[in-house]
Order: sequence, then C-alpha cells, then structure tokens
Amino acid sequence: MSPYALTWLAVLAAAAVCFAIKLTGHLVPEHWLAHPRVARVASLVTVALLAALVAVNTFTASGAVVVDARLAAVAVAAVALALRAPFVVVVVLAAVVAAVLRAVGV
Amino acid sequence: MTTPDAGTARRTVVRQALSVAVATGLYGVSFGALAVAAGLDLWQTAALSLLMFTGGSQFAFIGVLGAGGGGGAAVATAALLGTRNALYGAAMAPLLRTRGVRRLAAAHVTIDESTAVATAQRDVRMARVGFWWTGVGIFALWNAFTVLGAVVGDALGDPSRWGLDAAAAAAFLGLLWPRLASRRAQLTAACAAVVALALTPVAPPGVPILAAAVVAVVLGWGGAPEPRLASVTAHPEEDGS
Repeated sequence: MSPYALTWLAVLAAAAVCFAIKLTGHLVPEHWLAHPRVARVASLVTVALLAALVAVNTFTASGAVVVDARLAAVAVAAVALALRAPFVVVVVLAAVVAAVLRAVGV
Repeated sequence: MTTPDAGTARRTVVRQALSVAVATGLYGVSFGALAVAAGLDLWQTAALSLLMFTGGSQFAFIGVLGAGGGGGAAVATAALLGTRNALYGAAMAPLLRTRGVRRLAAAHVTIDESTAVATAQRDVRMARVGFWWTGVGIFALWNAFTVLGAVVGDALGDPSRWGLDAAAAAAFLGLLWPRLASRRAQLTAACAAVVALALTPVAPPGVPILAAAVVAVVLGWGGAPEPRLASVTAHPEEDGS
C-alpha cells in the first residue's frame, strides 16, 4: 500500500475509533463511568498526552532532543496564555516568533 | 409554547453557544494549516474535521504523523485523547434522551465545548439548547475554517519557514493550559514531558507520546482524591507550564 493510502487508512480508522468512543459514552449506563477514579485518570491522560505533545513538538527533531527557535516561540505562547490571549492569537504569535528568529538566522 | 421569560433564557443560551462556536471554529484555521504542514492533503485534512471532529485528537493525530510517527501510533494517540468524550457522553445522555439517528448525531458533537455549555445551564431544556447549538455551531464553523486553513497552509509552502512547527507546539500548549489548574495535573504534565523527551532518542516516533499516557494512569490511579477546593480557588496566573 502506498504511504498516501496508508495515511487515508489511519485517518478513517482514527475517525471511526473516536466516534465509537463518543457513542460508547452515550450507550453505557451512566454509573459505569461515574467512578471518581475513572474520571481522574481520563482527565490526567488528556493532560499527559498534551504535555508530551508540547514537549516533543518543542524539543525534538528527527528523533533527537534539540533546542532551537521553537523554544522561544513556545515561551512567548506561554506568556500570551498567562495573559489570557485567545487560542488563535497564541498560535499565530508562536509562528511569527519562530519565523522571525529563523529569518535572522537563529 | 414558551413564556416570554423562557424565550429570553433561550436566547441567552443560544448567544452563549454561538460565541463559543465562533471562538472554537476559528481555530479550525490553525488545524487546517498545521495538518497540511504535517503532510496531509486537503481531503485528508477535511475528512479529519468532518469525521473525527474532536480537536485534541485531531491535533494529536497530525502531531504524531508530523513527527514521523506511524499510522498506528497516530490512531492510538488520537483514541486515547478522545477517551474523555466517553465521559462527556455518559453525562449528556440522560439530559438529551435521544434515540436513533439523533443519538448518533449527539454522539458526534459530544466534545469539550458542547458538554461545557450544556452543563453550565440550570435546567434540562436549556442544557439541551446549549448542547445542540454549541455542538452543531462548532461543527459547521470548524469544518469551514479547517478547509480555509488547509488552503492557506498549502499556499504557504515550507512549514518551518513560517514557524508552523512552533505553532503546532503552541497549539498543544493552548489546549493543555486550561487543564493545569490542579497540582496533580501540573505534576502529571511535567512527568509526561520528561518521559516523552527521555524516550525520544530510543523509541520509534509516536511511542514516547503514548508512554506519557502511562504516567497519567499511574498518577491518577493511586493517592487521595483531589481536594475540590484546589480547582475552585486556583487562579490562571498560578497555573504551571
């Protein structure tokens, strides 16, 4: 199978799994998922995955840990978030910081 | 038949739902642009927003593929990030009481925002109004803005020249930020980041991110329940990062 077809397969499989997860919530009796421990683990799994994605997208390139313009961009994004800037502003700001730093050769 | 009072309450909920929908829909632009930067084409990007329709999972899916990860790791990460939607569904089902096709539609638009607006309402009827207007509103705008972002991203060319790789990291930080109110969440985030970076040189791409989920299970399973006060009194300024 070509890489393009494999990507399509992954897109459709992931979409199907995510929909099945949503539907499961609507179909199971509420008390099955009402346990505090289940809710806590689920919310922490979200936190852990997002934190790992921040780290990997900030500090790694081709399987190595590196420090480059992305770190400054993410630091600026963190400041913007602390100042309650909207999501779109945060994302655009980070892109601008990284693009400017690279343009001047950092 | 609605009394004038109920009509006013309904308009307030609809307005609230639409403002959330516009704010959320807008960042479909960044998803579309980042998906193209990660190597997907316009159709695959549009399919993700149309069929997966859960922002965190969509960003994670393209994040893993963009980092060179395989399809299996991308699917697994998206699924794990989507597990909270099952909890939302279980909370929404008793309020919505839908059947058949409407239940499938309700499941599809069960996301962070529709659940948040629904649970913020005082009575069941307004919760339903909030859920549907938010869910369907975001669905329409998220898909439209995804296509716009993908077209713009495609025209930009080399993603790193425009800082789109840094924008992806910032997008994940933006999704993470509101969830860092408790000490336990901050600790989990820090441990997850360290584990993911430590495994990066030795594990195949995508695996370090999945391994970080194990951190959450370990930290979430044991220990005393989170004191409720902590999440109520925490100020955004005190959030760790």
